[in-house]
Amino acid sequence: MKKVLKKYINIYQDLSDDFAKNGNQKVFEYRNEALKKFKQNGIPDKNDENYKYTGIEKIFENDYEYFPDAKQSFVDINEYFKCEIGDMDTHVVLLSNGSYYEKNKPIEDLPEGVIICGLNEAMNKYPEIFDKYYNQHASEINDGFVSLNTMLANDGLFIFIPENTKLNKTIQLINLTHGFGNKSLFKRNLFIIEENSELSLIVCDHTLNNSNNFVVDVTESHIGKKSVFKYYALQNEPKKSSVINNHFITLEEYSKVNSLILSLHGGIIRNNIYAKLSGEYSHVKLYGLGLADNNQIFDNYTFIDHKVPNCKSNELYKNILDDSALTAFAGRIIVRPDAQKTEAFQTNNNISLTSGAKVRTKPQLEIYADDVKCSHGATIGQLDKDALFYLRSRGINAKEARLMLMFAFANDILLEIDVEPLRNRMSDLINSRLRGELPGCSHCLQGCHK
Amino acid sequence: MLVIKNLHAEINGKKILKGINLEIKAGEIHAIMGPNGSGKSTLSAVLAGKEDFTVTEGEIYYMGKDISDLNVEERANEGIFLSFQYPVEIPGVSMINFMKTAVNSQRKYKDLPPMSSAEFLKYMREMQDLVGLKSDLASRSVNVGFSGGEKKRNEIFQMAMLKPKLAILDETDSGLDIDALRIVANGVNKLKTPENSVIVITHYQRLLDFIVPDIVHVLYDGRIVKTAGKELALELEAKGYNWIKEEIDN
Repeated sequence: MKKVLKKYINIYQDLSDDFAKNGNQKVFEYRNEALKKFKQNGIPDKNDENYKYTGIEKIFENDYEYFPDAKQSFVDINEYFKCEIGDMDTHVVLLSNGSYYEKNKPIEDLPEGVIICGLNEAMNKYPEIFDKYYNQHASEINDGFVSLNTMLANDGLFIFIPENTKLNKTIQLINLTHGFGNKSLFKRNLFIIEENSELSLIVCDHTLNNSNNFVVDVTESHIGKKSVFKYYALQNEPKKSSVINNHFITLEEYSKVNSLILSLHGGIIRNNIYAKLSGEYSHVKLYGLGLADNNQIFDNYTFIDHKVPNCKSNELYKNILDDSALTAFAGRIIVRPDAQKTEAFQTNNNISLTSGAKVRTKPQLEIYADDVKCSHGATIGQLDKDALFYLRSRGINAKEARLMLMFAFANDILLEIDVEPLRNRMSDLINSRLRGELPGCSHCLQGCHK
Repeated sequence: MLVIKNLHAEINGKKILKGINLEIKAGEIHAIMGPNGSGKSTLSAVLAGKEDFTVTEGEIYYMGKDISDLNVEERANEGIFLSFQYPVEIPGVSMINFMKTAVNSQRKYKDLPPMSSAEFLKYMREMQDLVGLKSDLASRSVNVGFSGGEKKRNEIFQMAMLKPKLAILDETDSGLDIDALRIVANGVNKLKTPENSVIVITHYQRLLDFIVPDIVHVLYDGRIVKTAGKELALELEAKGYNWIKEEIDN
């Protein structure tokens, strides 16, 4: 780990002149602060309580190259790439190896004041908005990966929705990783929704090469008073991918956030969500569904901070495990002394199809207020034998009956998607994943899922 | 239709069926009565092929074939239907999905093409009417939030959808009020043809007023100890099981 630490420190030092010269000074200050933190905290490993099960050591068995500016591509990606969640009426935005794709089709007829552009562009073009929110929430957390991202990330997606504005379409962010060689990518997104507005976003990760990739993403979302943010992420990555995904969500008064992460396939996936309920009557819902097989590791960590009274949080995370997969869930909830009338509910349910799979689950509730409703629960089980017998007794073969039960288990999560075409598409993807027929990327030339 | 010869079965080493002999001809309705713990539900589970039970001795011939090697779904596809005493709740599986999969599995088994959606919906509605289940049935999860009566009607609805040759009704009357009992019995009677057979497992004579058996058997301690016409059910209702127990135990 020391070697890795040193490597990234060196990379940063090589780039730091460029960072200083080109671009937003505030961002540069943040980079230097992050470097300090990174040196102090290092990269988390299995001795770190918080990353015990993620298999970080496995990630660094490979070496990764870092390209700070990898946006160039010889072919027009729009031409040959189609996302699995296609045929939906969305505004599509591509990030190519972490950079805002220069051939992104311009999004027409956006309401006045809405900005959708690359993060790098935003930090220089709109500093008055950008500086107010960038790295405000993320810097509160001590985590080596977040520091690493703050040091090195230089682009990503920036969305600004001014007050009283609703987009007529869902935004679909497609993160494309492609090209030769093992890559490390550090993407940074910033989403700002001002008062009384709404944003619905789908994020799809796609890898088009057959290399080992190491991705550390940080997204900060600031949700203004009475605003609504819906965030749906689809993680369908090859076995060789390692993804550390961090989402910092700040909620103001009466705002609502729904986050749903569907982890269909991947090597190592770690999702960290930090939700800060900082305005009264705000409500955050976090959902996750993982379908893990082989020796995949899906690790979800959530941290919900009830800072003020009258807020609600709901968490439902489910996993289906096969072979020798491992899933972990750790849900930390803090109810601050002032946060009376808090309602916080957390559930983690797992089905293990084999005895070789491992499930780790850990609720972590710290409650400092006395008038609250909080609950947590976790289950690990097999498919219900009586239900299997019942289905089979009507002529449904054992394999099909098992699939029906697995699908039913997953379905709870899908019901939370209120974009109907997306729900249907995700339902199809889960179905084919459970049948072992997931096409991977039908568009993909590499066949990397095989 | 069904010939059972000297059937012995056990679960976790505990002997439950101790030599059952039974013959059911096409078109017949047989009632199997008996005190608690006599093996009635085990017999129905063994006929359906539930793997928790081990058949240690004897044979089951169905339509002239030994079915000991057939698994649960194969037996269902051959036309054996078990109406559960305790129907299982399956959250997240809708009735329509469940029935569509079941009907088309059975059609596939018979080399028939799957039913079209329109055809299926029409068929499902007709069969629902037969047992008086409401139109929202299709979208409800299997047995979840169903009342006791609805669960039993749902069993008969499934029987109507699948048109079995041999239906085993395991205490379908338990937990039903008289109106629900009548609806359920009516459904069974409407589905009755000269080709199919029914085994009615019950504690009480009550159901047999509505589904009239040709033959009544008494199961006691894993064996059929008495077989007679439908009048036997009335006698049991009046005198209880003790006189039979005494007869056997002595």
